[in-house]
This record gives sequence, C-alpha cells and structure tokens, in this order.
Amino acid sequence: MTDKVMTDKKVTNIVVAGLGGQGVLTATDIVADVAVSAGLDVKKSELHGMSQRGGSVSSDVRFGTQVFSPMVPEGEADYLVVISADQVSVNAAVLRKDGVLIEPATVDEKKLRNKRSINVALLGALSRHLPFSDEQWTAAIKHNLPEAIHDVNVEAFQLGKSA
Amino acid sequence: MLFLSGDEAVATAAFDAKVNLGTGYPGTPSTEILEYFEQLGGHAQWAPNEKVALEVGVGVAYAGARAIVTMKHVGLNVAADPLFTAAYTPVEGALVVISADDPGMASSQNEQDNRRYAVAAGVPMLEPADSQEAYDFLLRAIEISERWRIPVLYRLTTRVCHSKTLVKQGQVPVPAPRQGNYVRHVAERVMVPAYARPAHHRLRANLKEIAAWNETSDLNKVIEGSKKLGIITSGISYQHVREAAPDASVLKIGLTHPLPVDLMRKFAASVERCVVVEEGDPYLVEGARAAGIAVEEKLEQYRFGELNVNRMRRILTRDASPEEKPAPGKPPALCPGCGHRVAFQALSNLKAIVSGDIGCYALGVMPPFDAVDTILCMGASFGVGLGLRHSLPPEQAKRVVGVIGDSTFMHSGLTGLAEMIYNPPPTGYVMLVLDNGITAMTGFQEHPGTGRNLDHVKTNKIVIEDVVRAMGVKNVHVLDHTADPKAFEQLLGEAMEKTELTVIIARRTCLLATRFIKEWDKCEVG
Repeated sequence: MTDKVMTDKKVTNIVVAGLGGQGVLTATDIVADVAVSAGLDVKKSELHGMSQRGGSVSSDVRFGTQVFSPMVPEGEADYLVVISADQVSVNAAVLRKDGVLIEPATVDEKKLRNKRSINVALLGALSRHLPFSDEQWTAAIKHNLPEAIHDVNVEAFQLGKSA
Repeated sequence: MLFLSGDEAVATAAFDAKVNLGTGYPGTPSTEILEYFEQLGGHAQWAPNEKVALEVGVGVAYAGARAIVTMKHVGLNVAADPLFTAAYTPVEGALVVISADDPGMASSQNEQDNRRYAVAAGVPMLEPADSQEAYDFLLRAIEISERWRIPVLYRLTTRVCHSKTLVKQGQVPVPAPRQGNYVRHVAERVMVPAYARPAHHRLRANLKEIAAWNETSDLNKVIEGSKKLGIITSGISYQHVREAAPDASVLKIGLTHPLPVDLMRKFAASVERCVVVEEGDPYLVEGARAAGIAVEEKLEQYRFGELNVNRMRRILTRDASPEEKPAPGKPPALCPGCGHRVAFQALSNLKAIVSGDIGCYALGVMPPFDAVDTILCMGASFGVGLGLRHSLPPEQAKRVVGVIGDSTFMHSGLTGLAEMIYNPPPTGYVMLVLDNGITAMTGFQEHPGTGRNLDHVKTNKIVIEDVVRAMGVKNVHVLDHTADPKAFEQLLGEAMEKTELTVIIARRTCLLATRFIKEWDKCEVG
C-alpha cells in the first residue's frame, strides 16, 4: 500500500479502538510520539474514567502541518486500528470510505511472545502506511513502555510490520 | 517543546509558577492535574472533599502564597459555599479554582455548565482551548488573581483536560515566586455583615475594572476571515469551529467572565451573520443578548452532549435533522473478581431497595445485578435512603439499604452518618460501606481512610468503624464479605429485619489497586 494519505491531505487521522485494559491509550501515545518526533503538529484525544472498567475505549491521533480539533470527525479516519474484534462494528463509522481498517487478525497472535503486545504489533501493521522510520517507532515504543517489556514490544512491532 | 494533556499542562504551569500548594478531590477529568503536579515536585494534597480543599486554598492565598484547587464540575457545587464569599475577600497571593466540566458526561452524573458559577459568584473566568493555552492561561490566571486580589475560576472541559497537544514554555512571563507572610486584614476577611456589605461593593467595582481591561486583553483574539460569517466562541469549541469553518471570521474569548461586550459588539457588527457556538448552556449567547448584541444561537438539540467538527458543521448550517446515534459500545462493568460483585449479588438476592452513591459501585446498576435504585450525588446514599425509610410503608422501608464507598464516605458520608444517628427512621437504617481501600473509579487515589497522602507516603489514618462507633452506632460489623458470601448475605438480611441502625463495613481491597498498594506500603518501610 502506498502512502497516498500523507501527500494529498493536510491532516492524517488515526483512531485506535478496543476494550479497557488492552493498551488503546498506550498505542495512541506511541503514534503521537512518533509524529511529534517528526516535527509535526499533533493532537491526541482520549477519554478516561468509566472506560477503565472493561468497556469500549477509543482514542484519536491527528497530525499534519496544523491540527485544530483533537477529535477525528466521523467518516474522516484514514486508519482505524482495532485491538478487539468485537469493536470493529462499534467504530466502523469513523473510517472514511476508502480508509484502511487494521483488524486484530492482521497479526498472527500465536507468533507473539506476549499476547498483550498485540496493540504494538498492530502499530507495526499501521507503520507500513506512515512515513516514519523504524528508529522513530522504536524510540517511541521505548519512551512509552517500561524497560522490562521493551524487547518483546519491539519484536511485536516488527512482526506486525511484516504481517 | 512538550506534548502534554491539558491537565498536565496546567500542572506544569503551576509548577513553573512555584504554586505553593495544590489541593482538590479526585474527579474525572480533573484528577491528573494534582498527580502530575506532585510528580513534577510540587506540593499536592488530596482533601476529603472540594469544600475543604477550597478553604485550604483560601488560607494559602490569605497567607500571601499561591494555591490551585482542582475538582470536577460537580465538585464546585460542594465548594460553592466558600467560593461565593471568597470572591468578597481579597486574596494576598493567588487562588485559582480549577473546574473540569464534562459535557457529554463521559464519566459524570450531569453536564452542568460551570461558567454560570463565574457569574453567580462574581469571579473572573478563563477558558483555555488546548494544552498550550492550559499552560499559558494558568500563568495569566495567577497574574489576574494577584493583580485584582480575587479568586479566578479556571474552566476546563473533558476534551481540553484529556487531549494532548504541543506546549511551548516561555511564551508568557512566569510571575515571580511568592512566600507566605501574614498580614492582618480584618475588615477584608471577617465576613460579618458590617464588613461584607462594603465587600460586595468592592467586588462589583473590581469586576467592572476587569471587564474594562478585558476589552483589549490579549486573552481574546480575532481571526480575520470572511465577512460573510463571524463566529463567537470559547474553549474547545474554537478548535472545532476552525476546522468546520476555515474561512469564517472568529472571535475567540479567553477570559469569558466578565465578557468583553464592546469587543463582541464590534465583531458582530463587522460580519454579515454572527453565530455564537459554545458547548453546553447558551452562556455567551445570553451575555451577548443582555448587552443588546444581535447574535444567532445554536439550535436547542446541540445544547446536549459534546460538540465536534461534524456537529459544528450542522450548527452552522442550522441542520435540525435528527442526529445519528453512535453505535453503542461495550458498557463498563464491575471487574471480574471485584468484591463489589459479591455485595450486589447479596443486595439483589435480598431484593433490597438500594440508595446508591458515586463510585465504581454505581456499576451495581448493570446486569446481572440490577441492584441500585438511586444515584444522585456524593454522599446521598445516607440522606436519600433515610428519606425513603421515613416515608415508605414499613414493609418497603425495611428493604432500603444505603451503599457507599470508602472515599465517598470521607467526602460527604460523615454528615449523612450524623443525620442517620440524629434522626433515625422508625425502621432503623442499614448502611453498607464497601471499603476497597482506595478511590478506585478515578484511578486509585488516596483519601483520609487509606493512611497515605497523595504521594502515597504514610500519614494519619481515619478508621471508618472507629468513627461510626464513636458517633454512636451500636451495630457495627466489619468483615471481608468475599470470604463467605453466604454469611455476608445472612448478616445483611438480619440487619434489614431489625429496626435499628446498622453499619456493615465490607472490606476487600480493589483487585486492580492491590499491586500498587503493596508497592506503596513497601516504600514506607524501606
């Protein structure tokens, strides 16, 4: 897949969705970090509170030359990354018509050393569409996760990237 | 350049301005402000409730130092009493009252618009629209508070609190630090009628001066665009507007009380169509109209819930068609293995009429328990349940059980407990305190019953059963209800049959918090 989105639009819209405890917010933290390190204007939106109790969670990241609203408007997401299969239909409306859906099945979960790294693995799949380097991604992953799980997540990212 | 949430940006500004004390009560979406302030090295404390927090903040400001006081929107209802009179009493240092409103009720029991409080109490109000402004405006709020010696209301909303955007420090001068030093000002601080009467006049004169200053303040800005459409807005709505109507002229008001009415008038006159767009109540609309400025307001349907870019487009085209409801997601639920599950199963089995309260245990209303009958506000499990007991026929009254958590008990359960003891209903009352050892819903904050401060270091601990016994309740039971759910249900059932006052403290540490609590307690020893 080519990188059309970045060239013909000013703002790139990414939504990550899943259930509380699946690392949705960590995933958008990592994406936002990468975009910040690339010198772009970045906004990230999320909701806390009730969502911590196992309910649906989604979080938006937007980047480009100038971003206003922190929330991705419905029907305007370029990429929708879903960590829990049952959350695809809940979030489908946010994706634009020719937007890219990255489902959990994109990555072979059995190949993950730690199943909890599925969020980062799916970012690996997302990374193929975005103009950021492996170094930038690795740095962002390490910046947002405790040291003990750096290796397993960098590995998961690579797995997702080659999926 | 930093990448911060609005909450983190506020905390960073408070730290940079060497705010002497940050205090508040946890509440989504405000909780992270004090936590981040503490992480940065600031002096932060959780108070038992917002009223106490604001009173402590007033004391700090009387001492000539700086305070921020944080809370969610409904917290300001609790703190309203000190706020209204604090507006009369000039502060020596700075007092910034931070209210985080929750339009759309992501995690709240109502969507009240606290901009009304600025008018009602007569305090200046600032509304940042992103993290950069959350940082810059806090420094300005401190400056305004010290210059006019007045508390400032700092109004955030969920999307400003919880969105991360870039922040550059150094755009606004950081006010020089202050130290506490006592100066006696009896006529200014003793609000007996003889002193309060002139104080009210002083407040109104003060506000007039701030209003005049606000007319040319750089806290408000005009984006020159097409003269066909002009939009007056504030806070997060500004962001949605710039995206929904990139060509429009925009007046963004940063200091929204007292309003810069001449600036608004001039702006409205400069465009063909002038629309006010704001989340929640028609606050700016009413302000404009009271000043005789003709503006268009959003349709009533957009008063409800959060605004976003698409809704903004609809507002600007006056689209009155019904809006599509978003697909329902998976609702939150009590965690698997949560001690509250055992409690609500028992309440459900006993067909209790449950007077509930605010916290994770509100989720007892969800299936399969369906075991909560009322939830109103912090601490209401006592009062509402007592009122039901006073007026229901005895067979129904006996089934009424109040359920409250440990943190909520500290927040406003104590006065409810006093009411229960002072005015016991003929059938008695049963209060179930679900003590999971932490403020769980907001993300594991300490409270006076945990024995640890905001930074998790050991301090004096208030033991709930000691308080309950000392206040005069005879039937007090303390147990881990999860150890023997059947025995617990039996105990609860027996208490409901008695015509006495009973308090059952069901103690089981929050499963999610156990790991953290172990670490915190280890640190004390080490």
